[in-house]
Amino acid sequence: MSPSGGGSTSERIESIYRSDSRRVLATLIRLLRDFDLAEEALHEAFAAAIDQWPREGVPENPRAWLVSTGRFKAIDRIRRRARFDVSLEDVAEAIEAIAAPERNGDNEGVDDDRLRLVFTCCHPALQPDAQVALTLREVCGLTTEEIAHAYLVTPSTIAQRIVRAKSKIRQANIPYEVPGRSELPSRLDSVLRVVYLVFNEGYLASSGGSLTRHDLSVEAIRLGRLLVELLPEPEAVGLLALMLLHDARRNARTTESGELVLLDQQDRSLWNHEQIADATRLVERALSSRGSGVYALQAAIAALHGEAASTETTDWAQIVALYDVMLRSDPSPVVELNRAVALAMRDGPVAGLHAIDGLLDRGELGDYRFVHAARADLCRRLGRRAEAQASYRRALALTQLEPERRFLQRRLAEL
Amino acid sequence: MKYLCLICADTCMERMTEDERRSHFDEYREFTEELRARGQLVAVNRLQPPETATTVRIRGGRVSTTDGPFAETKEQAGGFYVIETRDLNEAIGVASRIPGARYGCVEVRPIAEDGLTLDSLGLRPRAAPHRVS
Repeated sequence: MSPSGGGSTSERIESIYRSDSRRVLATLIRLLRDFDLAEEALHEAFAAAIDQWPREGVPENPRAWLVSTGRFKAIDRIRRRARFDVSLEDVAEAIEAIAAPERNGDNEGVDDDRLRLVFTCCHPALQPDAQVALTLREVCGLTTEEIAHAYLVTPSTIAQRIVRAKSKIRQANIPYEVPGRSELPSRLDSVLRVVYLVFNEGYLASSGGSLTRHDLSVEAIRLGRLLVELLPEPEAVGLLALMLLHDARRNARTTESGELVLLDQQDRSLWNHEQIADATRLVERALSSRGSGVYALQAAIAALHGEAASTETTDWAQIVALYDVMLRSDPSPVVELNRAVALAMRDGPVAGLHAIDGLLDRGELGDYRFVHAARADLCRRLGRRAEAQASYRRALALTQLEPERRFLQRRLAEL
Repeated sequence: MKYLCLICADTCMERMTEDERRSHFDEYREFTEELRARGQLVAVNRLQPPETATTVRIRGGRVSTTDGPFAETKEQAGGFYVIETRDLNEAIGVASRIPGARYGCVEVRPIAEDGLTLDSLGLRPRAAPHRVS
């Protein structure tokens, strides 16, 4: 215990709150097996720190102090609650479970607790919307209001999703654990899907006026880094690389007035080339290990774009080949569409148009705005004005996003 | 914790050939034996097809009886396991190995274990039975 060196004790508490409160919470959730109790305990532990540390000094291991204080506060709370509504037997059991000494040391397993929490929040037995909300709330520490704002819904909607997810976790007994080897691939998929959903919601908002909601992308990248640090599976590495590559082009994607700029029109000097280089190394790492999959492949494609000086000098042959690999392992019409666009760059618009029309003839993607926008662009390049117009109109009818609408209207007017 | 695994395989058993049926039963035999050996099996059985069901209600003090299951859904229960596992993850692990999961689906439902339920149904385990002298 020493008097604070630089900065006041309250500043230190604040900085510890920022850096460690989520870790302390994850450990408390494991120990208390109850989200709400853990959150209350976390707040009480910090309140105790604010009260005691200025007088007694900051403890040597603040995180361990906060965990153990939080745990005792929770025991107090259970005892108090017991006077009202719980049978004595249940209380004794609950306290025994919480008060049992930890097998691990103070710091060991702390990061595992965060990983456990991620897997619990992204458990496939929870509703997909609830997985996202719970992860942002419990792992990232966003408030209910912040999440509601990001997803353009009311705070009570988010609060309800979170409450329902928490009671499912409790009632169905979803454990706090990192899944074993045999379940890991499918469970990790679910985690990565949540992280990528959060990223995309921030990067490519599905509705509303603003094209990027940066905070969500930042949170997703932070989550991606946490995963790679704690569980360096090739697909986690691939997803982090993919997000970094998209994010590196952020500044060139929209004009200052919020207009959409397509890849071939982007000012590539605005790209974050250092970040592209870092991400490319991650792509190489992911692709060279067994078990890399669709995220690593997507990242590899994004890296080829990132390395190119212009659309013309982009290695389209390699990109088409990567889409082929993707289609072999995980066929999907959206991937076929992307391949068709790359094909148009490699072999000319006719080849691309042929591939897109093949998709539409099979009844795929008829309601997907990008298929019509891509088709319109290829017809425009081929001078087929009427067809281009029809496809731009179809795309327009399918998008709510203002910048996209303005872009399509501009193209339509230019025909 | 106990979970009910409700198998919904949409009368697939009824549509099988004799040989397929036999090997399907063999799969169940093997899987069920393994569960039993691991101490995870509480109860298990197969149900006759949904068209054999009768639904009973009391309305206005009178018994009303109708033909068929109470929910007209495409997927109907064809059998069940009651299992005892540590948590949902382990229960999912068991459910995913039920042969019917490959043809239809398995709903995993936690069984209530609160004090009121246990007491009302006489299910509270007794730690040490009192000897009546």
